[in-house]
Amino acid sequence: MKAKGGLLLTAIVLLAFPVGALADEPSPTVLANTCFSCHGTDGKSPGAMPSLDEKSASYIAQTLREFRSDEIENTVMSRIAKGFSDAEIDALAEQLGRK
Amino acid sequence: MRKIDRRTFTKMAGAAGVASAFALSAGARVALGKSPRVVVIGGGFGGATAAKYLRRFDAGIDVTLIEPESAFVTCPFSNTVIGGLNSMARITHSYDGLRAHGVNVVHDRATGIDAGKRSVSLANGGDVGYDRLIVSPGISFRWDAIEGYGAATSQTIPHAWQAGPQTVMLRQQLEAMPDGGVFIISPPVNPFRCPPGPGERISLVANYFKKHKPRAKILVLDPKEKFSKQGLFKEGWASLYGGMIEYRNASNDGTVTRVDAANMTLHTDFGENKGDVINFIPPQKAGEIAQTAGLANDSGWCPVNQQTFESSIHPNIHVIGDASIASPMPKSGFSASNQAKAVAAAVANLVKGEAPGTPKFVNTCYSLVAPDYGISVAMVYDFADGKIVKVKGSGGLSPSGASAEFHKSEARFARGWYDAISQDIWG
Repeated sequence: MKAKGGLLLTAIVLLAFPVGALADEPSPTVLANTCFSCHGTDGKSPGAMPSLDEKSASYIAQTLREFRSDEIENTVMSRIAKGFSDAEIDALAEQLGRK
Repeated sequence: MRKIDRRTFTKMAGAAGVASAFALSAGARVALGKSPRVVVIGGGFGGATAAKYLRRFDAGIDVTLIEPESAFVTCPFSNTVIGGLNSMARITHSYDGLRAHGVNVVHDRATGIDAGKRSVSLANGGDVGYDRLIVSPGISFRWDAIEGYGAATSQTIPHAWQAGPQTVMLRQQLEAMPDGGVFIISPPVNPFRCPPGPGERISLVANYFKKHKPRAKILVLDPKEKFSKQGLFKEGWASLYGGMIEYRNASNDGTVTRVDAANMTLHTDFGENKGDVINFIPPQKAGEIAQTAGLANDSGWCPVNQQTFESSIHPNIHVIGDASIASPMPKSGFSASNQAKAVAAAVANLVKGEAPGTPKFVNTCYSLVAPDYGISVAMVYDFADGKIVKVKGSGGLSPSGASAEFHKSEARFARGWYDAISQDIWG
């Protein structure tokens, strides 16, 4: 019984502090919410900025990488994309992309 | 997701030997199954975003926003009103959008905070209790800093650094100014709200003068050595406005030592500068309620834990936006809104006894040098080693020497930015 209790406790600790190092990463929601300031809430732009909500996750991830490597024209996005890792780009693209 | 009831969590945290401040601060209310209460003071870029996003994160949270004004007038794009390009209606936003998200909007002024009792007192009487409080009070002015410029003086010599009647006053004075007149603008010392704001204001007034009062002059008296986006602004001024703008920095007698309102004169160490219209922007500190509630330190600004923006002075109170010490992030509307989203996420977790999570921040600011000439600055920030740090290699300014087409597209994006961020906050 003692051993079982210990196992249960371990499981609860793992639940509350999920997967060690990953707990230090910003959540996909927090990453994606930032985009809404320019691209509109949930990526639905009311003005001149491109909407994101109808784009696929793979398109968003690829475009961010192209901005980051200056393969496409220099807008403010080239400077912003350089602040995101591959893992962050994939996480926020998945969060933002068409469902 | 990682949801766990408070009793189990506390037991587990104790058993695991984890001293967990956030678990203990969740409050008895949560354990009793009542909705957690979050109160937000201030309905600007920070406060309104926090209120809306708290409801988006968790519609079970009872969110009250305390804001005295019935509508919000944005400082961003107020320079377009001063320059005659837009109406006040274009930069005024109602709180109906927030109400539709289930935010309880109370139009009253917060006069005090009792951090011990966790309650906010209101000007019209009564108190509002909270489990967590988010304070986003913006700025107030150091009226005593420059001889001759106090609150009363601002009724004839506007600062126009809080948008609203001050914006209208400056616009009307510029319209009434005769051609050939002199407009003097004096920006404040660092740190202050919207570092590129003075440069944009100078630009859009110059754009107005160029069309309507071509013999007018603009004199800039700056107590600093340099200003935000200086190279890009000066490049634009040279190509668009010829010799209309004279800029004097601290080393060139730009520091105003006294304001003589009766004679419309700004005194510097070595000179007297008479203007037909004067825009004097005084030095700043955190908004009034932050001062009253003891949230500011000797600097006049509010020290915070840069992960959660919880006050370093009072627990359970988060201070965001211009009022907080969030350096290296600048004091901008975008920064305030971006901090608000991260803090709303953290608070939504904390009131349930969960870990706050790790933030990441972005700031993006467009400025108009002319209606079809935009420039921008951006930066990405990580939270690392207990503080906000710039992500190496990210961010920076628009390139210098860019084409007219590039500047035209940045001006178009500036308008797109304004439409999106105001919808994202108040929509």
